Amino acid sequence: MLSFLAKRLVQLIPTLFFVSVLIFSLQQLLPGDPALVMAGEERDPAVIAQIREQYRLDRPLPVQYLYWMKGVLSGDFGESLRIKVPVRELIGQKLPVTIQLASMAIVIAFLIGIPAGIVSAVKKGTAWDYAANLFALWGISTPNFWLGIMLIFLFSIELGWLPASGYVPLSVNWRASLAATIMPAFVLGNAIAGVLMRHTRSAMLQVLESDYVRTARAKGLMERSVILKHAMRNALTPIITLGALELGTLLSGAVLTEQIFSIPGFGKLIVDAVFNRDYAVVQGVVLVTATAYILLNLIADIAYILANPRLRA
Amino acid sequence: MTDAVIAGAGAGRVAADDQESPGRRALRRLLQRKGAVAGMIVIAGFILLALFAPWIAPYDPIATSWSLVRKPPSQLHWFGTDELGRDVLARVIYGARASLLAGLISVGIAFGVGVPLGLLSGYRGGFIDGLISRITDAMLACPFLILAIALAAFLGPSLSNAMIAIGITATPIFIRLTRGQVMSVKVEDYVEAARAMGNPRWRIALFHILPNIMPALLVQATLSIAAAIIAEAALSFLGLGQQPPTPSWGSMLNSAQRFLSNAPWMALWPGLAIFVVVVSFNLVGDGLRDALDPKSR
Repeated sequence: MLSFLAKRLVQLIPTLFFVSVLIFSLQQLLPGDPALVMAGEERDPAVIAQIREQYRLDRPLPVQYLYWMKGVLSGDFGESLRIKVPVRELIGQKLPVTIQLASMAIVIAFLIGIPAGIVSAVKKGTAWDYAANLFALWGISTPNFWLGIMLIFLFSIELGWLPASGYVPLSVNWRASLAATIMPAFVLGNAIAGVLMRHTRSAMLQVLESDYVRTARAKGLMERSVILKHAMRNALTPIITLGALELGTLLSGAVLTEQIFSIPGFGKLIVDAVFNRDYAVVQGVVLVTATAYILLNLIADIAYILANPRLRA
Repeated sequence: MTDAVIAGAGAGRVAADDQESPGRRALRRLLQRKGAVAGMIVIAGFILLALFAPWIAPYDPIATSWSLVRKPPSQLHWFGTDELGRDVLARVIYGARASLLAGLISVGIAFGVGVPLGLLSGYRGGFIDGLISRITDAMLACPFLILAIALAAFLGPSLSNAMIAIGITATPIFIRLTRGQVMSVKVEDYVEAARAMGNPRWRIALFHILPNIMPALLVQATLSIAAAIIAEAALSFLGLGQQPPTPSWGSMLNSAQRFLSNAPWMALWPGLAIFVVVVSFNLVGDGLRDALDPKSR
């Protein structure tokens, strides 16, 4: 176990290095002089000179990278060009909002996807199975920004049950917070529920054909007990770790969902930064997202090993 | 007696299966799957709409009319009109061009770059494999749409840049898949035989390995087109893809959002079009996967 952990940690180093190079290189895609592009409408030579100085754009690329990396390692992602606030501070403000939204989405995805997958496998070939498969196809194929717009139309405009946009922190008013985030969380969770349903179905089908399930049935155990105690417990181990790997889908989805529902989270931060040509913020957000994704992958791997006694040995 | 007849028929089917070429067998199995066939028909329909849009669309998709602003669906305008009095049906038909083009070109870029790199990585091994794998890991670590948005933002907003951004973002999936497939195929007897006959490495990779891993790559390409269509619509929705007034389903949804309370039809049709096309590609992808799976024989 320890050697596995050490090996995985060592593997992280080159991956993180390449992630940082990739994100730093984005700046090189800017057409023409990056300082001029970053300055946007501002044509004041003093401002352009300040940007050139701040990002060390007159130095060779490897030197620019080293300075950028030095800052990143000490938690300094630079400063927003538009609102003159450190990127770290902006990320710190927006991240909790997205974490709340993502956590609710994951809960919704598990609550829908896993039961649907189990029912689909247990009732294979029946109308239940077809309905669950259709649901999965719907989840995977629906553009979440369209689903969000349609839900706003139905639940906010037509029925008036839920607010169409905005955000209230949990600590201020939990009821208002849940009302504001339940629709976007459902939109985000819907796609993941489809993926989870498919994985749960295939894992359950495999487990239901295994010898120990056959033995449990031969012992005369009730079908409910065979499914819930014997089959489900073993089938769900990989599915739960898979949930962690869906973080990428969640964060990608959050970009659009937060935009539609005007939720001031991580996704809205990156979109606003893109439109304000605030490239330091874009780089900072992508770097934090990628690092979080890599670390969650590692945690998922460890959780998988801990949950599986054969791998632990 | 009945069992013997069934067994005989089964044996006959297996024998017929063995006599068919792999391509013909896959096509026959694909055509047996109703979902995949329905998906192919819908995709063909949308391709025809995109190709013959000037003849099929009832109106000019960019012609504005102040007397027709936000009119609900009627006999004259089946899908209603938008905030500038443009016909929504005409814009949905023309919008198919941007979506299908983005799906095909961006997956073409990902396939064209990813497959050769995956072949090189899986077949050569060593330092090159390590380098390509680490870069692939790094790209896969960045969530798909966030990386595509960042790339599109730095490249500048346009449909062609959006396609490049989606293509680059989808490339690592093809590198990883190709590499994995090559690793499992390169130890097969027929590859060993080709090597023993003195074939150069590039020839073995291109003519002996690539054809055998193509089925898995085709399935991935079909499913990636679905993801690329959603990604293009998302980028256009955010204003980073197709620029107005040229119609695209994503940008139509963006403007529809502002008029949701009094013109919901503006959001319904372009979204439904994205959904139907994406479902169709996913159905074809699932069907291809089953048809090409040797275990399903």
